[in-house]
Amino acid sequence: MSEWIEVIELTQIPVLGSRVIKTQERDIAVFRGSDDQVYAIRDACPHKNGPLSQGIMHGSSVTCPLHNWKIDLNSGEALGPDEGCANVFPARVEDGLVYLQLKSAEAVA
Amino acid sequence: MKEKLVLIGNGMAGIRTLEELFKLEEADKYEITVFGDEPHPNYNRIMLSPVLAGEKTIDDIILNSHEWYAENGITLHTGDPVVEIDRVGRQVKSTAGKSVAYDRLLIATGSTPFIIPVPGADLDGVIGFRDIKDVEIMLETASNYKKAVVIGGGLLGLEAANGLMKNGMDVTVVHLMDILMERQLDKPAANLLKASLEQKGMKFLMEAQTAEIIGGDRVTGVKFADGSNIDADLVVMAVGIRPSFALAEQAGIHCERGIVVNDTMQTFDPKIYAVGECVQHRGNCYGLVAPLFEQAKVCANHLAHLGYGRYEGSVTSTKLKVTGIDLFSAGEFNEEEGDETLVMQDPAQGVYKKLVIRDNQIKGAVMYGDTMDGTWYFQMLREGTDISAFRSTILFGQHDLGDAGHGDGARVANLSDDAEICGCNGVCKGDIVNAITTQGLFTLDEVRAHTKASASCGSCTGLVESILASTVGEGYSAAPSKKPMCSCTEHSHDDVIGVINKEALKSMRQLFDYLNWKTPDGCASCRPALNYYLLARWPEEYQDDAQSRFINERAHGNIQKDGTYSVVPRMFGGLCTPKDLRTIADVCDKFDVPEMKVTGGQRIDLFGVKKEDLPLVWKDLSDAGFVSGHAYGKAMRTVKTCAGKTWCRFGTQNSTGLGVKLEELTWGSWMPHKFKLAVSGCPRNCAEATIKDFGVVCVDSGYELHVGGNGGIKVRVTDLLCRVETEEEVLEYCGAFTQLYREEAHYLERTAPWVERVGLSHIKQCIVEDEVGRKALNERFKIGQQYAQIDPWKARADGAHANEFTPIELAV
Repeated sequence: MSEWIEVIELTQIPVLGSRVIKTQERDIAVFRGSDDQVYAIRDACPHKNGPLSQGIMHGSSVTCPLHNWKIDLNSGEALGPDEGCANVFPARVEDGLVYLQLKSAEAVA
Repeated sequence: MKEKLVLIGNGMAGIRTLEELFKLEEADKYEITVFGDEPHPNYNRIMLSPVLAGEKTIDDIILNSHEWYAENGITLHTGDPVVEIDRVGRQVKSTAGKSVAYDRLLIATGSTPFIIPVPGADLDGVIGFRDIKDVEIMLETASNYKKAVVIGGGLLGLEAANGLMKNGMDVTVVHLMDILMERQLDKPAANLLKASLEQKGMKFLMEAQTAEIIGGDRVTGVKFADGSNIDADLVVMAVGIRPSFALAEQAGIHCERGIVVNDTMQTFDPKIYAVGECVQHRGNCYGLVAPLFEQAKVCANHLAHLGYGRYEGSVTSTKLKVTGIDLFSAGEFNEEEGDETLVMQDPAQGVYKKLVIRDNQIKGAVMYGDTMDGTWYFQMLREGTDISAFRSTILFGQHDLGDAGHGDGARVANLSDDAEICGCNGVCKGDIVNAITTQGLFTLDEVRAHTKASASCGSCTGLVESILASTVGEGYSAAPSKKPMCSCTEHSHDDVIGVINKEALKSMRQLFDYLNWKTPDGCASCRPALNYYLLARWPEEYQDDAQSRFINERAHGNIQKDGTYSVVPRMFGGLCTPKDLRTIADVCDKFDVPEMKVTGGQRIDLFGVKKEDLPLVWKDLSDAGFVSGHAYGKAMRTVKTCAGKTWCRFGTQNSTGLGVKLEELTWGSWMPHKFKLAVSGCPRNCAEATIKDFGVVCVDSGYELHVGGNGGIKVRVTDLLCRVETEEEVLEYCGAFTQLYREEAHYLERTAPWVERVGLSHIKQCIVEDEVGRKALNERFKIGQQYAQIDPWKARADGAHANEFTPIELAV
């Protein structure tokens, strides 16, 4: 298993909103649901690379701000008749801190 | 343990109910068994006419393949009708002797053709026109025999006659009345139809009452009540359908003309539901597909135990599927006493249009020859639109309103397959037709989801609806008259605006709870709307929800395709100074702004600003006195002005000065959609005020106020609201009009469609005729402005919402 990296305090992410995490490889959007569950996804829509971090979150999905594709934050899959998938990364909250696991996702990628 | 759901009837209404059920999360609570009389899986019955006419094959019209049943875990028994419902033992028995228990039973037994009870009606060669078997018999007869008689000159009869004629038969249509399709057409339209069918070679016997079918084993002719007779090798009875409810009736379920159901599609027995042609709802039985689909949706919802959604009856429209003949009818097309009728008749071109008008609303429509605007009339009929503003041109169609959407005279049927329909997404007619037929689509929303056609700017919606209507005929389910805001709710925009007022709901959570929202926190479509409605109604109390705003309004800039933002500083009335321009130039240098442009609204746009730089850019602009230009928002945008009488030799008033005052009054205001103003100093109208949401044209004696214009997707020239004499009045009327729009329009509805929807006379009543009301509106606008005119750029330059603009850097 690859290591869990602490990235931010949960309270620094707005409910039903996101923060952008910049790594050397790529930008990752970390979302916080209304139940405080967190999701991490590559900040690029499978359609035309729109920044998903800037979209409106609802339930456990986000609507891309460029062309309204709906992306499931659990799987990264586009919902509805659209087809495509963005990479997702394991994310969890412990003691009010958000942790991400980056390496394993790269192995998947 | 799953509950057992049994569906009797493997047709369009029943299967549609299952499809609607599968869309709901609760769907997998059932183990499903389907019984069908016919040997086929569910097919598109309304497409039988094109199959008969040789334009489609049976495979083309299969809606659900055997694989679909398997994938959804449905046990399907075809060719095995149910013969008994045992309500006490809660099971059904089939012809083949199968017994299947149910927890919920859905009856969708459809209807059967009515066979006139005359001697000889049971002879060989006498059939109805209902299923694939009938079509097969007709095709086989056509290859061996010559003469066909179709009894019944209604929709189905004429389609059958047309198909038989195409297969080389000599066809005579026998009709009891003197008007063809009398349930859909009035006499002039019916006569046009008859003439053009006669031209194609069809023969008619009108006002003829069938007395007897003559023949030995096989039919040889038809005899009429007046003693005359006619030869026939095939007789098709198409005089109507009768709901099939014998099975339900035997089981003791209350039936009248059909199986009686309530608004939740439940029968007399609460465990048993019924949908489709076999039911009777509020006294009506329906034989067209669109209402059945509305019923299916409601029924699925109740089968899923969600318990909301009611079927309240349907208004239907019809189209005849005979190639080369365009006719359309909807509503109460035969006028009653006191109704007015608008009629346009052009015999040479074979065009006839009639609208029945009551209280300035369309109650019915009949069109022949040119049915392009059928969907438009039908929409106004269902929505009860006040047509007084454009009744003088309404018969010429929608494009004559300057509110195109159709493009001049573009006849959908005549367009080639490679004609581009949706310019935003590059979707051609062929793509749409193909998606409709291969995927079995029936609604505008489905076409949008699968093809993207009309899913962006929406200006081609009318065209897409027409393609849908002409491809699927009356199976086209037009959106119901009450349009839900989005798929999160059954409630319309007006419902929501209504309860916010009436119940004094002041938070989104309260709204979700009160209106039983289906999703936990709405979606990207409804949340921005709700946030706006709450903000517009409770400006002093409601806390704006940033996460319910589209990114442009959250980041106060316009997101570009590469994820950067554009910045437009406000320049009141378009006026600027050398110092202003120097500040903007310095900001561009400092932040490496790659491109600058003058906008259509006379402002300067800075492109390519990175999100994290936005607060710094705003800091410099704000220090120099600029505020946000709101070029990114559903908000008051700009006031465009001309030079005015200070400089222009034609100017009659100080148009720039008035423009500045108007912009100072209205800037910062959130709106249902973007909102643009202009002031022209004379009727030459250099500021193009007559295509703005609120335009002022100065004249020597004062000011003309124009409203509801639009220079965008659909160009619409403003309507003249009134003339006033002083600048103070202009400001008061502007505040009042703006507020009326803010309070009454639906979110994302521009002033142009809003004015058309509510009618100019309503706006005049509120703004011009009611002085007290006008002043109150203006006061409410000013109260809202106290909270709206806090510059969002300065606030963020000073550190507000810093998280929004600050990424987290990770050294991995």
